[in-house]
Amino acid sequence: MARKSILGLYETPDAGADALDGLHAAGIEAHDTEVLTGTPYPEGAFGEHVPQHRLFRFPAFGAVFGFTLALLYTAGTQLAWPLVTGGKPILAVPAMLIILYEFTMLNAVIFTVVGIIFESRLPNLFSTAAYDRRISEGLIGVVVSCEDNKASEVESVLRRAGALEIKTA
Amino acid sequence: MQQHRELSEKQINTQLLNGALATPGWWKFAVIGLALIVLAGFATFGFMVNSGIGLTGKSRPVFWGALITTFVFWVGISHAGIMISAILRLTQAEWRRPVTRAAELLTVFSLITALTFPIIHAGRPWRIIYWIIPYDFSRGIWPNVRSPLVWDPAAIGTYLTGSILFLYVALLPDLGNLRDRTIGWRNTLYSVLSLGWRGNSRQWRLQTTAGILLSALMLPIFVSVHSIVSWDFAVTSGVEGWHSTIFAPYFVIGAVHSGVAAVVTMMALMRWLWKWDNFIRPEHFDALARLLIVVGTTWFAFTMIEILYSLYSLEAQELAFRDMQIFQWPWALLFVIFLITGFFIPVPAWFFKRVRNSIPLMFWTSISVNIGMWLERFLIIVPSLARKQPFVYTWGSYHPSLVEIMMILWSLAFVAMNMLLFARFFPLVPLFEQKESQVFSSKIKIGRASVPAVLREREQE
Repeated sequence: MARKSILGLYETPDAGADALDGLHAAGIEAHDTEVLTGTPYPEGAFGEHVPQHRLFRFPAFGAVFGFTLALLYTAGTQLAWPLVTGGKPILAVPAMLIILYEFTMLNAVIFTVVGIIFESRLPNLFSTAAYDRRISEGLIGVVVSCEDNKASEVESVLRRAGALEIKTA
Repeated sequence: MQQHRELSEKQINTQLLNGALATPGWWKFAVIGLALIVLAGFATFGFMVNSGIGLTGKSRPVFWGALITTFVFWVGISHAGIMISAILRLTQAEWRRPVTRAAELLTVFSLITALTFPIIHAGRPWRIIYWIIPYDFSRGIWPNVRSPLVWDPAAIGTYLTGSILFLYVALLPDLGNLRDRTIGWRNTLYSVLSLGWRGNSRQWRLQTTAGILLSALMLPIFVSVHSIVSWDFAVTSGVEGWHSTIFAPYFVIGAVHSGVAAVVTMMALMRWLWKWDNFIRPEHFDALARLLIVVGTTWFAFTMIEILYSLYSLEAQELAFRDMQIFQWPWALLFVIFLITGFFIPVPAWFFKRVRNSIPLMFWTSISVNIGMWLERFLIIVPSLARKQPFVYTWGSYHPSLVEIMMILWSLAFVAMNMLLFARFFPLVPLFEQKESQVFSSKIKIGRASVPAVLREREQE
């Protein structure tokens, strides 16, 4: 059955939280609801499901990747053109450490940003879910993804909580 | 923080997007004026490349002059961003909110500017590529990783990439906001740049975690960058005044001193130009001045320790070098100006609340710091090279030529112009940070006084 995205717009966080409570009471699953705000409210302010993420793994992968890359660059370039200086070893470890450190950190940062985007479920340029521009002006949006036959029930729950407007997509 | 102003989200949008969604009357004149200086700078650079670096004041034995001084100066300024943004984010300092983006932006543009100076200085910019990047497979000649010439681009490249990404991630919610406020091609631009940001709980949670995680990752990079720049000098054992073990922390703290002062300069200009009195308030200047007292005093201690260590060694050459740097014309005059402008005028002034809360006075004292900090780098680089050394066999002197002075002016105009161009399309003060501040703060009564308080996360059950 086709699914609909229904958005209820609320003036206050309390009304948004009431709408979410009403939806849960009506048997709507937490993962089918979404609270949209223009401000980072404290976690759980709307009684919403607090999402889990794996962001912390990304910098660790990045660091290992960067270190390996730097090792190849520093050791590879020195071994490819062996420049013996004062009888010292070809691989100048103290100098290598600087490049190893920078590449490790650089890739940790790059992978972290990739992780942030991936875990935020972005890019999402062609989303068909309901949205309203007034959310970034302070309104609270409660979005429900539901099957067509539940749409009227969801709309009435959203209205009962004091929705200023209901939009469907 | 006693100056909290209650504003609705709509008011915050309207006031903070006044630069990005409309063109202030002065903006075009300022950008055109700066663009003319920038163009003149590019023309001067082209002329220098065509005619040779004999047009600069550099000559044997002083081969590093105003251009390398300006490189170190801009790397120093770039330390503002992470110092302010990362440390204050990690410590959850409330007063960071209007400051962070401008500081991060200053980091990005000053680093881009800094990176151009070794290229300008080298005189033959096309050669830089194969000194740094291992691309010359046909001849099998590779960069020498033992050389600071490779360390610098590695460190600054890392810092620049990290800073751009840091800035972009924190810009995502505001790009979504701009998308909602625009139509036409700008709407398309912001839609693409915001990656489809919606502002759901998951995205906000990631945004908050990202701020802390990226701050923690950027801090060690921030420390390493100016340390590595200092090793350009410190690993050169043949030059008196350079071969010092305290150079790394001395350079880092000096960079923070000049960088935070530059943020003060910029904040004062932003408040004045865009009339953001509701967001950039005297309390922010007060907090920055307190921070600068600590940083400036620590930097001054390092300056004194550096001199003390070289005197304590009782090596004849070191003593002669310090004598020249501090007591002989023209370095003596520069040394006095450097100490007065870098420390003795601004730091004691900041002890007075009236100065800390006066935006014009904060503006001028921050300018004073950066005049002093440019001179500091000049006095580290040039007098050391001007002395007769074991391998150069000659004395020399140096004064910057018109070409070098033009390139310094170019750098100032280039950074300012880029900041203004950025401000025309993106908010210089993070909107979502201001809105979050409104959500987290509340008035509470203590006895008969009503004071603004900041509430944090809910207690763990």
